[in-house]
Amino acid sequence: MPEATYLDANELVINMGPQHPATHGVLRVKLRLDGERVLGTECIIGYLHRGVEKIAENRTYVQFAPYVDRMDYVAAVTNGMGYCEAVEKLMGVELPPRAQYTRMILAELQRIASHLLWLGTHALDIGAMTPVFYTFREREEILKIFENYCGARLTTHAFRIGGLQYDLYDGFEKDATKFCDYLLPKIDEYEELLSTNRIWMNRTKKVGVLSGKDAIALGVTGPVLRGSGVKWDIRKVQPYEAYDKVEFEIPTGQNGDTYDRYIVRIQEMRQSVRIIRQSVERLAPGPIFGKVGKVIKPPAAEVYHSIEAPKGELGYFVVSDGSTHPYRVRVRPPSFVNLEALDIMSRGHLVADIVAIIGTLDIVLGEVDR
Amino acid sequence: MGLKELLRRIFLLDLVQGLRLTFSYQRPSATYTEQYPRERPPVAERYRGAPRLNNNPETGETLCIACNLCSLACPENLIVVGWERTEDRRKKLTTFTYDVSRCMFCGLCEDACPVDALELTQDFEIANYTREGMIWDRDLLEAGPQPVRYSR
Repeated sequence: MPEATYLDANELVINMGPQHPATHGVLRVKLRLDGERVLGTECIIGYLHRGVEKIAENRTYVQFAPYVDRMDYVAAVTNGMGYCEAVEKLMGVELPPRAQYTRMILAELQRIASHLLWLGTHALDIGAMTPVFYTFREREEILKIFENYCGARLTTHAFRIGGLQYDLYDGFEKDATKFCDYLLPKIDEYEELLSTNRIWMNRTKKVGVLSGKDAIALGVTGPVLRGSGVKWDIRKVQPYEAYDKVEFEIPTGQNGDTYDRYIVRIQEMRQSVRIIRQSVERLAPGPIFGKVGKVIKPPAAEVYHSIEAPKGELGYFVVSDGSTHPYRVRVRPPSFVNLEALDIMSRGHLVADIVAIIGTLDIVLGEVDR
Repeated sequence: MGLKELLRRIFLLDLVQGLRLTFSYQRPSATYTEQYPRERPPVAERYRGAPRLNNNPETGETLCIACNLCSLACPENLIVVGWERTEDRRKKLTTFTYDVSRCMFCGLCEDACPVDALELTQDFEIANYTREGMIWDRDLLEAGPQPVRYSR
């Protein structure tokens, strides 16, 4: 943390959190203040540490799958997808197309749900009360689809290693397209509420500026990186599942401020709708399981596999010693890495802007602490 | 600041635009509230809730063949299956305990069951006053969840 630069410096160190509604969980931020100006921040994490990586060593590959849902608990489907894909890569299993497209549809629905939750709470933090009720209403529709598909709303445990446990229920395709048609006008509605709203613009424009160079140096990924103008999306650069067979664009911002990141996420929801529509069209009857045995026993090897989770690059590093239990599982969570950018982004801003900056990073503490 | 912008500010046009949308949702058909204890939310057919040990509907005997696969599949090791050998060397279920307090409803036990004896039902009210009360024995599991009906 830098020292105060003003002659009449009246430095003050205060704690924000861990019990603070705007830190979205149990994040504790030590702020060094000069009056209302922030000189530097320091994050203290670990309040939600559950030792997920250690748990993995004491479980079989199949048994560990439900635990990854509890890391980024607002985007459980993508977490599970990343883990299942990593183990499938380790075993060299190819998925049938029906399983791939089903996974893609559910992952994109989850992306929309995660962005909706982010939009609602971020706007609520900044002072716009209205959007949170609308976004939760739309999110509810997605959670209903999840519940009908796999029987749970949040910690879904939707996929199994090698494919899907459940085939799609009757009317899934109809539900998914109906939701797409329903969502698009609602996104316009959010934009009507926020995009040209003067208070919103004053609170978000030129706040928490992160240059593209800094973003790359810090290893930031996801919408935070794209908001800074870097065109980087794992779905395009390292396509997994069938993302190379669908058409979509990568929305990017220019200024790298909070407003641009908001626009990027709004645009991403529209792109997700595009992906869902194309995937639903390509759903054909067929098997939902690849060639895996009853017992998951990958060969002794190690693998790193990353996917584009709603918050950024979610990577799994799995080491196998040839037994039914993983030797080591290491998770690269997007929230944890994105949180590193908080210090650079918040310097020189007011205390109230910290709330906006933490919000725009879209962190989930379950994933930061694991 | 142009004249147009000034007029926008004086007449609070942004505010009016925003509030128009807000109040357009005040109609009763846009209400989503459920009166929970009296009105129970419908859950999905595949919902993973309180566990039940199924009996054969005709004979009333348990479907469980005491194969212990659910216990092995469970990530939290919360299922304990007890059995004894009959005279013709076959396994017969004696006890079955299921610790609901540690269960995360992942559904792996249900998937592992070869005879569909163990099932996660649609009941979601599993609160209890004691920790011991969360450990369900064979009788409780076979009886299945007994949802309370509330009325005024």
